[in-house]
Amino acid sequence: MKKFFLKITFWKAVSIIIAIIGIYSLIIRFSKGLGASTHLSDAVPWGLWIGFDFIGVGLAAAGFTIAATAHIFNNHKYESIARPAILTAYIGYMMVVALLVIDLGRPENFWHPLVMWNVHSVMFEITWCVICYSTVLTIEFAPVILEKYKLTKLLKVIKKITVPVVIFGVLFSTLHQSSFGSLYLIAPAKVYPLWYSSFLPVHFFISCIAAGLSMIILEAYLSARAFSQGLNIRILSGLGKGVLVVIIIESVFKFAELSVLGKLPLLFVQANETYIFWLEIILGSVIPILILTHPKYRVNRTGLYFASIFTISGFILNRMNVCVTSLVRSSGQVYRPSFEEIGITLFLLLITMVAFKLVVENFHVFAPEDSIKEKGEEVLTVQSKQQILSND
Amino acid sequence: MSEKNLLNSNQIGLLFDASECIGCGSCYEACKKENNLPETNKDFLKDHLSDKTYTVVEEYDDKYARKMCMHCNEPTCVSVCPVGAFEKTKLGPVLYDAEKCIGCRYCMQACPYNVPRYEWGTTSPRVRKCNLCYDRLKKGKLTACAEACPVEATICGKMPDIIKEAKKRIKEHPDKYYPHIYGLEEAGGSNVLIISPVPFEQLGYSSKVPKQSMPNFTMQAMEKIPSFVSVGGIFLTGMYWLTRRKNQIAKEEKLNSGKGR
Repeated sequence: MKKFFLKITFWKAVSIIIAIIGIYSLIIRFSKGLGASTHLSDAVPWGLWIGFDFIGVGLAAAGFTIAATAHIFNNHKYESIARPAILTAYIGYMMVVALLVIDLGRPENFWHPLVMWNVHSVMFEITWCVICYSTVLTIEFAPVILEKYKLTKLLKVIKKITVPVVIFGVLFSTLHQSSFGSLYLIAPAKVYPLWYSSFLPVHFFISCIAAGLSMIILEAYLSARAFSQGLNIRILSGLGKGVLVVIIIESVFKFAELSVLGKLPLLFVQANETYIFWLEIILGSVIPILILTHPKYRVNRTGLYFASIFTISGFILNRMNVCVTSLVRSSGQVYRPSFEEIGITLFLLLITMVAFKLVVENFHVFAPEDSIKEKGEEVLTVQSKQQILSND
Repeated sequence: MSEKNLLNSNQIGLLFDASECIGCGSCYEACKKENNLPETNKDFLKDHLSDKTYTVVEEYDDKYARKMCMHCNEPTCVSVCPVGAFEKTKLGPVLYDAEKCIGCRYCMQACPYNVPRYEWGTTSPRVRKCNLCYDRLKKGKLTACAEACPVEATICGKMPDIIKEAKKRIKEHPDKYYPHIYGLEEAGGSNVLIISPVPFEQLGYSSKVPKQSMPNFTMQAMEKIPSFVSVGGIFLTGMYWLTRRKNQIAKEEKLNSGKGR
């Protein structure tokens, strides 16, 4: 017992507190219902949990972009990050599905969309795409587990079907990533015009690619620190370039659309929506573009790390804005998540991180640093070499 | 369904005339009684729609306005529900089936009139809203609210008849009415129509509701899915084949040039 307490570090203590709060919140949620455990209401039927589902799915987007780059576009340079990307997506989706079920008013009926169909519903389409894509992710991630237990026969079968499976995965992902935006198409009078757009699905799709790639950069950085497993800086800066291109496309598209629709004056109206919209643009677009266009920072781990943190923050803000901020005015009610809503969200995040850590520690997910350096290209800049050394 | 189709239909609907309403609350009481709903507010004029109140009478200066489910022709709730828990009946009412419902609350988020309410206080919550007294209509009776109204401010009838009635009232007393029938075009038309002495915004009816069928907003995106899947599938397969071929050729060329040396 004494040994146990001695071993408790700061993060372990935080984790234990989050777990206790999370379990308590779950008990309240299921014993007393949504009214008692959330600040949701008739005016604000969707809150933090739905927003978090958007965020989780978006951050998992590297799962399909990288799989496509490596297996469909045959760019084998990126094969080494396919595994962390797919693992992120897999664990992310499990969290999203769990949170969705917790958020349902009648969770015991979660299986109804399988047998009761309404093909006109975006929600129906999302449900099916998420189910299908989770299956795809299982197949895509299976080799990691099969390798470890040397199930070579099954491994061969899976390798044979990889390409069609990846193609299906890309299609399902594109559909439901964009469909999260489509959810709001039907409420043109409710969503604040800075965020409403008949191209919402396209915006959701483009922005999830930047967020997903940033997530991989962030993970690679943290993994390198945590278990001295990481990624080649060449690959990381390749990802950074991808993030930059996608953010520029999204920004140009967004502002071009605002200007064509005559919404530019809204950018200068004194209103909470304006300020928070600008914050989203500055965090998620301006700062990452500044960092990533800088020739020095784009090939530097710390530069890439900060660029990815800002991109992800901007992305999180964007999804919460569409889901919460944009609806405040029309609903006439300000929503702040309850203690239980935050508790359950943090608990699921914790489980996600622990699961990720356990899998990375026990399976061959990241290539070991050594092999990276052996294969590593000579074109590394001086700074990036120093950076690798300082991280080791 | 357009106005023309409604004029030929056998659907039943309501006309609420804010110019005639005296704010007596008979409709409110009748609705509570018909649906076995408990008292929610001592002063009915201060009550609001909830899981225990399907219609309200609101006071605006000396005028009164009823709020309730509009029973749209192409209902948003029917279109967004992933499990088809909502149904537009042939008779007109839009009904909800709690047995199917998974509780995603997309109907509440999407409804242009913000009508559906939720039983937040229970562990097996249902969506609650007016059902246009479907059981009474089936038996050929009027809705409870229309039957209770002492002044013909709420009348119940076949859609062609109530549309004619609304137009007649506006035409005969142009001084008494704002020249618009709310619900005839809003959200693609609905089975509840409202006429008023003042612009509708002044009685708390949203003027922002688009004058077209709401499900179209989603269909514009959804209808692209089949072509996206086929084109996307062909494109990705093609790219796979092309890039693999490209890599092979690059490899062979490398080998050849190696031999050449």
